[in-house]
Amino acid sequence: MTDIQEDPTGIPAPEGAAGLIDTDYEIGQDNIEGMFGPLGFDVHNPVFMISGLSIVAFVIYALALPGQAADFFGWLRPALTSGFDWFFLLSANVFVIFCLFLIVSPWGSVRLGGQDATPDYSYVAWFSMLFAAGMGIGLMFFGVLEPVYHMALSEPLGVPSPIAADGSIIDANVAASRRMGLAATIYHWGLHPWAIYAVVALALALFSFNKGLPLTIRSAFYPIFGERVWGWVGHVIDTLAVFATLFGLATSLGFGAQQADAGLEHVYGIPNNTTVQVILIIGITAIALTSVLKGLDGGVKVLSEVNMAIAALLLVFVLIAAGPGRILGDFVVGIGAYAREIIPLSNPFGRTDTDFLHGWTTFYWAWWISWSPFVGMFIARVSRGRTVREFVTCVLIIPSLVCVLWMAVFGGAAVDQVLSDPVTSAVKANVIDSYNPPLSLFAMLESLPLASITSTIGVILVIVFFVTSSDSGSLVIDTITAGGKVDAPVPQRVFWCVFEGLVAIALLVGGGLAALQAMVISTGLPFTLVLLLMCWAIFRGLASEPR
Amino acid sequence: MFEKIMVPVDLAHRKSLARALETAAALGKVFDAPVVYVGVTAETPTPSGHNPKEFQAHLDDFAAEESRSHGHKAEARAFPSHDPAIDLNDTLLKAADEIGADLIVMASHIPNVADHLWPSHGGQVAKRAKASVFVVR
Repeated sequence: MTDIQEDPTGIPAPEGAAGLIDTDYEIGQDNIEGMFGPLGFDVHNPVFMISGLSIVAFVIYALALPGQAADFFGWLRPALTSGFDWFFLLSANVFVIFCLFLIVSPWGSVRLGGQDATPDYSYVAWFSMLFAAGMGIGLMFFGVLEPVYHMALSEPLGVPSPIAADGSIIDANVAASRRMGLAATIYHWGLHPWAIYAVVALALALFSFNKGLPLTIRSAFYPIFGERVWGWVGHVIDTLAVFATLFGLATSLGFGAQQADAGLEHVYGIPNNTTVQVILIIGITAIALTSVLKGLDGGVKVLSEVNMAIAALLLVFVLIAAGPGRILGDFVVGIGAYAREIIPLSNPFGRTDTDFLHGWTTFYWAWWISWSPFVGMFIARVSRGRTVREFVTCVLIIPSLVCVLWMAVFGGAAVDQVLSDPVTSAVKANVIDSYNPPLSLFAMLESLPLASITSTIGVILVIVFFVTSSDSGSLVIDTITAGGKVDAPVPQRVFWCVFEGLVAIALLVGGGLAALQAMVISTGLPFTLVLLLMCWAIFRGLASEPR
Repeated sequence: MFEKIMVPVDLAHRKSLARALETAAALGKVFDAPVVYVGVTAETPTPSGHNPKEFQAHLDDFAAEESRSHGHKAEARAFPSHDPAIDLNDTLLKAADEIGADLIVMASHIPNVADHLWPSHGGQVAKRAKASVFVVR
């Protein structure tokens, strides 16, 4: 503890309760402060300008040359998911192993925020927030779709479908494919995505709360790049993070508007068209704006908790209505199947199920990775005061278990409907016979009692999950583009929140959502490298912390 | 007349506080009341300190400096907040109660059109505080 020799990367050995990094860089030193008309601003130069202008340029390109953009991005997405499948899969495995190692390693006892720090939020609030930001809408969109799809159509690891070409059930295939459908879904929503989030969140929390560096993505690279991290290397990293976050959010806003609209049409007969979807995006953005103006404690936290309560209600309802015995059986079977299949599913070599591997797994990994700066920074911000062991365990294990439960309940109920009554099942009609993902949840609810009430709750959940993503996203982008300042003028948050909505509307109207999705995947690839480097940086950072 | 004077300070924008600081120091001397300099900080590193503890140290230095140059009794208190950009007013009101201030001297800008959307902190604190508030523009 008394040895304060500096190692070559400039990290001093720990002094006192936390190992601050000794840098001459002052937070906000590259910022421009001023007035824009009557409104104050305080933004990082050049991250704010470059990311803002590039995003505007991208939207103009996608809208002005829709044909060319569609061709280019139509080529780009499969090229990335099939050419780099091994890279994504192996990297995701590294993140899981790294996190599991941290739990058992002696560094697990390092406390984020210094040895004497106490947690800022209760377990319930903390957990609701990391969950609402991390998965949110995906559970609504894919909870029914994926287990059914993997059981019947994508045939992961070559497990054959139980549904014959004429629509009849092949009894011999039912048990194995049902298990595999659950295992494959849980694989996409379990340890791997949360390990990706945990790595980013841990890096940010460690380098900000313990090392005293600004709360931006670049800070995590201090052990690797030293002081150069405040220059162009850092600008590039932060700008990439802003892209990934904004594109990811805008895509989700677009998809969410489609699902909410599909639900509204299903329940109330409100027409499903672009006009209604644009109105929905404006509405969601307006609610998000209110939440943004109420801040982290008044808006985001409260909405996250409300959301978790409604989601839990819906979960319990489906569980009871669909037969608790059967569904809890699915939960146990799901965990068992996941444990058994996780290794074959995460092996990228010698696979023949390329539809599943490229269309789903690789796509998901790229997607989670490009979302990781956003979710990671948000999780970091609310996780001060936890030890590394507590942090990694809670971020990795508990959300994974909740996802397993969610998928077992929603997917299990839907699979039951398909197998027990293949002729009239609405889920089969909307997932297997014709592919209509936004409707899959409502199709499942339709076959249960009180469908109009639960579908309405479904629509509300979709909307509120979007609000929580949109407002926490605005908070994160604002922090990155303000050079790590969390107290930059509020109008900036409003700017980003409105900007997200506008990008989503522009692309929804101009038909650029597919391009956006390809963009999200493309930012995932360089970010995978960034994340691998981050693991090394965490390792270096933890080694210089007092335990 | 006044027992304790609270002065909210933003260490990153000291220059814009000059008039309020002078007012507070003068009032402190007139009423022989200690002036408590209150800073609100995030738990994340800020330009004014890597963590709330360091922030408190900077604030203590600031108070000592003020006391030296104006000759009044001065203290300093840091209040951490999860989201200072939004929670500033609430945190300041809580701080006033906690330290038992009966006068708040606070710098503010001259109101402009943006105040309809984002009211000034000084204005909001004056509107809601139990203590007397002296808004210095």
